[in-house]
Amino acid sequence: MKIDNSLPLEYRNEENRFRIIGFWIFLGAEIVLFATLFLTYFTLWTRTGSGLTAADVFVLEPVLAETFILLTSSFTCGLAIHAMRQGLIKPTMWFMGITLLLGAAFLGIEIYEFYTYVHEGLTLQTSAFASSLFVLLGTHGAHVTFGLLWGIAIMIQLKREGLNETTANKSFIFSLYWHFLDVVWIFIFSFVYLKGLM
Amino acid sequence: MNWDKFIVDGLKHGDPLIIGAVVSIVLVSIAIVAGLTYFKKWGYLWREWLTTVDHKKIGVMYIISALVMLFRGGADGLMLRMQLTAPEMKFLTAQHYNEIFSAHGIIMILFMAMPFIIGIMNVVIPLQIGARDVAFPRLNAVSFWLFFFGAMLYNIAFVVGGAPDAGWTSYFPLASTEFSPGVGNNYYAIALQIAGLGTLMTGVNFIVTILKMRAPGMTLMRMPMFTWSTLITCIIIVFAFPVLTVALALMMFDRLFGSQFFTMTNGGMDMLWANLFWVWGHPEVYIVILPAFGIYSEIISTFSRKNLYGYKSMVASMAIISLLSFLVWVHHFYTMGQGAAVNSFFSITTMLIAVPTGVKIFNWLFTLRKGKIVFTTPMLYSLAFIPIFTLGGVTGVMLAMASADYQYHNTMFLVAHFHYVLIPGTVFAVIAGMYYWFPLIAGFKLNERQGKAAFWTIAISFNVTFLPLFFLGLDGMTRRQYTYSAETGFGPLNLIATIGSVGLMIGFALIVYNIIWSFRHAPRETKGDVWDGAGRTLEWATHIPVPVYNFAVVPEVDRLDAFYFAKKEKRSLFKDKIEKIHMPSNNGQPFILGAIFFFWGFFMVFSMWKSAIVAGIGVLILLAMRTFERDHGFYIPVDEVKKTEQSYGGDSV
Repeated sequence: MKIDNSLPLEYRNEENRFRIIGFWIFLGAEIVLFATLFLTYFTLWTRTGSGLTAADVFVLEPVLAETFILLTSSFTCGLAIHAMRQGLIKPTMWFMGITLLLGAAFLGIEIYEFYTYVHEGLTLQTSAFASSLFVLLGTHGAHVTFGLLWGIAIMIQLKREGLNETTANKSFIFSLYWHFLDVVWIFIFSFVYLKGLM
Repeated sequence: MNWDKFIVDGLKHGDPLIIGAVVSIVLVSIAIVAGLTYFKKWGYLWREWLTTVDHKKIGVMYIISALVMLFRGGADGLMLRMQLTAPEMKFLTAQHYNEIFSAHGIIMILFMAMPFIIGIMNVVIPLQIGARDVAFPRLNAVSFWLFFFGAMLYNIAFVVGGAPDAGWTSYFPLASTEFSPGVGNNYYAIALQIAGLGTLMTGVNFIVTILKMRAPGMTLMRMPMFTWSTLITCIIIVFAFPVLTVALALMMFDRLFGSQFFTMTNGGMDMLWANLFWVWGHPEVYIVILPAFGIYSEIISTFSRKNLYGYKSMVASMAIISLLSFLVWVHHFYTMGQGAAVNSFFSITTMLIAVPTGVKIFNWLFTLRKGKIVFTTPMLYSLAFIPIFTLGGVTGVMLAMASADYQYHNTMFLVAHFHYVLIPGTVFAVIAGMYYWFPLIAGFKLNERQGKAAFWTIAISFNVTFLPLFFLGLDGMTRRQYTYSAETGFGPLNLIATIGSVGLMIGFALIVYNIIWSFRHAPRETKGDVWDGAGRTLEWATHIPVPVYNFAVVPEVDRLDAFYFAKKEKRSLFKDKIEKIHMPSNNGQPFILGAIFFFWGFFMVFSMWKSAIVAGIGVLILLAMRTFERDHGFYIPVDEVKKTEQSYGGDSV
């Protein structure tokens, strides 16, 4: 293993450098995945059949709250990595914890949103619009859920081992994932909700 | 519990072919288990293969799986030809015919061509770039086992529940629950999904490997052509496979959870499936053909005793092909009403692909020009490839013309075209590659005389089988029709095609005989550079069979074909002295993960939700085990490396 001490902790050994670049490439694949889901939605979103339309079900307030919460969590995630770079384990843990709590809050509102839609009569089976909406949002929500489990696993490791090459690398890669989910949400907010409310 | 849903219709009706398939699968499974127990090989199998993270062994497992699938898919093809031999044949029922042509397509593309190519990549790429393994050896094992168990899940469909019968393209609305109510297309959606995830990971893995693990001095423009083709292929994989992931997921939601993506009512759009499928499907064609181009480039250059003509234009043309491959998907359904403007655009982009491909053909021809050509088995396949593939390519340009395509669409002309590109393109390439690189793994060459006999049988039979289909297509015989009347006049040409397909079967059987014979009788090679010292790239610079660590000392490269020039100038590529070598440790988790995915998929296919959730949690548990694990591999000490090097006969370099 080649070790380069001039680099930040998470980049220091070669295997970990590979992991970071590999994860960037994986995120490239994720972009294609979400792009395909977005295109599916854009193709189908006016095809509501006899069911409810976007304007019927979308309400701005909870979605705006989701947006602020997730954007804030991305910020705290950035702060966690900033603290990690300075070798401060405590703030790293705190900011990671806040990030995950905000993620959980986001998820709670999203589940509540889904519940409302279903309650109003818009289910996965209603129309092509409904199917594409639920699958696009659901895929993002499933990513956030997975992120929560992953983040908890990393926090346990940080607690056990403190900051070392391995835990720093894992935390950094997690942060890439989390920021990516944030970017996807910005697109959902703009092109699904705001466009649907217009 | 109701067991009836697991039993396929053919078994209920007493179809002798299905009963035969079931009995043979059960017998072979019992024989494998009994054999492993009798010879006490379970431990060996687990330690050396199922838990391995060595790229060479993973590559071998890919290739063996691909060969098995080649025979499974080949048997399907043979059955299709049997049914079409003469008018009004009663060999297969219409339903069984539908299942078999679907299986033939899916298996040959996804479970034969892809894994064969990926297997060769696994064996060769780290060696060609002077690396000791891929970037993520453990992930590589996960990729393999996901592919393997995805393929197994697909293969049990025939005997448990019912096979997909909507073609390898599974167009909607035919593939919807309304028109395909059985579980067959659930298998399609889930088995392909599992295998596809493995392929995506392979793509990521090899991009990092090639970008980051090349030997010192090997700049991008000093990489061997096969490495270049693999890099470009993996980029296509990473950008194309997520589209398949989404398409299959939407199919799954439609079929299992009643969503309305591709339905005929409530706003669903069946053409969306065709578009998504081919946005993945066309790049997929280039995923299996570009590495084949890479293999031919290596072989033609080696056995012409010349460097590859037009290296830079080869790289550029592959890059252009990869770009264009994402811009041509509509040519698969010109007739489905998108209008003249859209069809014209896709017609032009499709024809454009002929330009870079033509550049490559001429480059190979110029490589041959004034070369000292050696007619080895791999070279014969490469030489046969050029004219046959060109025929396939030219008919492809014919099909690319949208207005003319209204005549050929979904006829046997199309079937002949894609067999003319895929067989000499991909199948000849992987067989040639297998013959060429076989000594790296086995330590000996496959017998040349038998290899050439197999080659001639295959090359001639191939043309006998598929050339008549061009004329049948032009006469109006459509693809996927399971029978025809005598008045159509399709009989004689179909008979010729069937005779050819029997020849193909004999040819492939000869290859198997060749491998078995060579294992017992072929003389063992003593030095690495086995093709009469003509090797040009780094995989020939080490010992044969390649030791577990590949290179005792990492080679240093100063130009393209560095190994060839080092031999000529009598200098060494290995400058450092032997140091301890870091290796990844074996692990059984990838295998177990694949197995859990298999069960998850099976439960999903049959809508057994509780069991599926349990299996899903099993996947999460394995992921958690992975993140909490601390395995930094191990080191092979210097003494042991030296001892191994001596066992190959003296000094390492």
